[in-house]
Amino acid sequence: MDPLIELNRVAFGYGAFNVLDDIDLHLHPGQFVGLVGPSGAGKTSLLKLILTLLTPREGEIQRVRPDLRITYVPQIETVDWSFPVTAEEVVLMGLDHRQNIWPWPRRRERKRASEILDRLEIGHLAERHIRDLSGGQQQRVFLARALVADPEVLVLDEPTTGVDVRSAENIFHWLTMLNQEGMTILLTTHDLNMAAAHVPWVVCLNRRIVAQGPPQDIFTEEILSDAYKGNFIVLRQDDMIFVQQRPHPHGLKEVLPDPVEGGLPNHDSLEKTVQPIPASKEA
Amino acid sequence: MDVLFAPFQYEFFRNGTIAAVLVGGLCALIGVYIVLRGMSFIGHGLSHAVFGGAVVAFILQFNFYVGAVSWGFIAALLINQTVRKTTISADAAIGVVTTASFALGVALISRYRRFSQSFDAALFGNVLGVTPMDIAVIVFVTLAATFMIFFFYKQLLFTTFNSEVAQVYGIPTFWIETWFALILAAVIIAAVQIMGVTMIGAALVVPPITIRLLTDSFHRLMIYSTLLGAVTGLFGMYLSFYVDVSSGASIVLLQSILFCIALFYVSKIRNKRRLVATPVYGPT
Repeated sequence: MDPLIELNRVAFGYGAFNVLDDIDLHLHPGQFVGLVGPSGAGKTSLLKLILTLLTPREGEIQRVRPDLRITYVPQIETVDWSFPVTAEEVVLMGLDHRQNIWPWPRRRERKRASEILDRLEIGHLAERHIRDLSGGQQQRVFLARALVADPEVLVLDEPTTGVDVRSAENIFHWLTMLNQEGMTILLTTHDLNMAAAHVPWVVCLNRRIVAQGPPQDIFTEEILSDAYKGNFIVLRQDDMIFVQQRPHPHGLKEVLPDPVEGGLPNHDSLEKTVQPIPASKEA
Repeated sequence: MDVLFAPFQYEFFRNGTIAAVLVGGLCALIGVYIVLRGMSFIGHGLSHAVFGGAVVAFILQFNFYVGAVSWGFIAALLINQTVRKTTISADAAIGVVTTASFALGVALISRYRRFSQSFDAALFGNVLGVTPMDIAVIVFVTLAATFMIFFFYKQLLFTTFNSEVAQVYGIPTFWIETWFALILAAVIIAAVQIMGVTMIGAALVVPPITIRLLTDSFHRLMIYSTLLGAVTGLFGMYLSFYVDVSSGASIVLLQSILFCIALFYVSKIRNKRRLVATPVYGPT
């Protein structure tokens, strides 16, 4: 099956500095892909290249069709929360404006927005100002705006930043359901554990693609250490993966016991599954 | 009632009032987008830029409206593109582009001193000079701006809310911003005669921020801001007539007084009510 979006040897940068180099990435129909990597790895730039908001310096980005329906949920920090709009007004922004030239929404458009808000369990908040919602509810409003356009590809930039664990879990639950219904999803996240639990295909990025594959292949200490330039502890139990960055030995030496000897969980079951931890380069 | 109707026996007052109501409403309507885009200074800056363009048009013996609107449009585009393509902030871009243009106007005036008096009216507004031609221009610009805002309401809303994301959703943000820049330049030209270059900035910003204090709804903000601009245009003309002050200054002063009242209401009365209505949890 032809990929919906294909990036071939793409490079991008600001000024003399390249943020992304030699990126080869194919997004196939029905895929659920998570982009992980440290801050400054180029995750958001890569999304913006895919969304054609940025132009690559080298290489090419192809879409299967020019009219491929892609919608975007931006980082929550980019939203102006003092802007005078209600949750429903934000969702209605996502509709194709060429279908209705009048300034007011049609009844069926409001019904569609209402159905999506209900599905995301925030239908009762439609008339609320966006500033008056919790982080999780705000994130769902912007997800609803993306869904109301009935996208083939849904792109999300850090959808769980600024939300509590339960809301983050819910967001990934909905994304999984949407993916199971056939929607192609591409997101960036800093939450490695959430990505390990919910995202079937992970791309580890740090200016270039360090590795890509299923989470069980990607979330290894070697790959994460290579991408993040730090030491990681990866714990596996059954089909679950837990990732934790090892505290820096210099910064925490006086307040914590040795991170390897005393810092690991004390559960027998977990200890059996702990992978060997390579010695710190500094040690 | 004589107080209300007596001034209408004068043609200049009739013309001036029609112009002031339309200009007041129009500035307030356009101002909603300006305030929400965080470009409150653009009205003030563009009115100065247009002043430079008007002087150049006069010297080159161009039509005033064509020269000034073109100049304002180019200035607005330059500001938009500078903000889009560089890391320079909106206020800095406005400061550079418009002040340079104003400085050019001032330089040309000091070089060709013969027409400095007629430009006093452009600086401070002169209701006595409103001609039927001026009213025709104001009506045309009002219709064009209203048409654009009506039929591009959703696109303008999304572009104002988040231009980058709007682009992903298929909105031609570059063209929307270009059209808006053209309309803004035209509004400023239309408003110069009544408000004066120095007062337009306030007429664009004060009504929307006053209503913004009182509502969280975008469409209500649009409607009430326009109404406030038009009503203060009308009563500003009365004030100007009876107190004998410049029309632009009287309209802006009236708007500023209403802003202070709204601010007082929000900070003292509404917030107090909210505080009383909010239950307090914790140890008693």
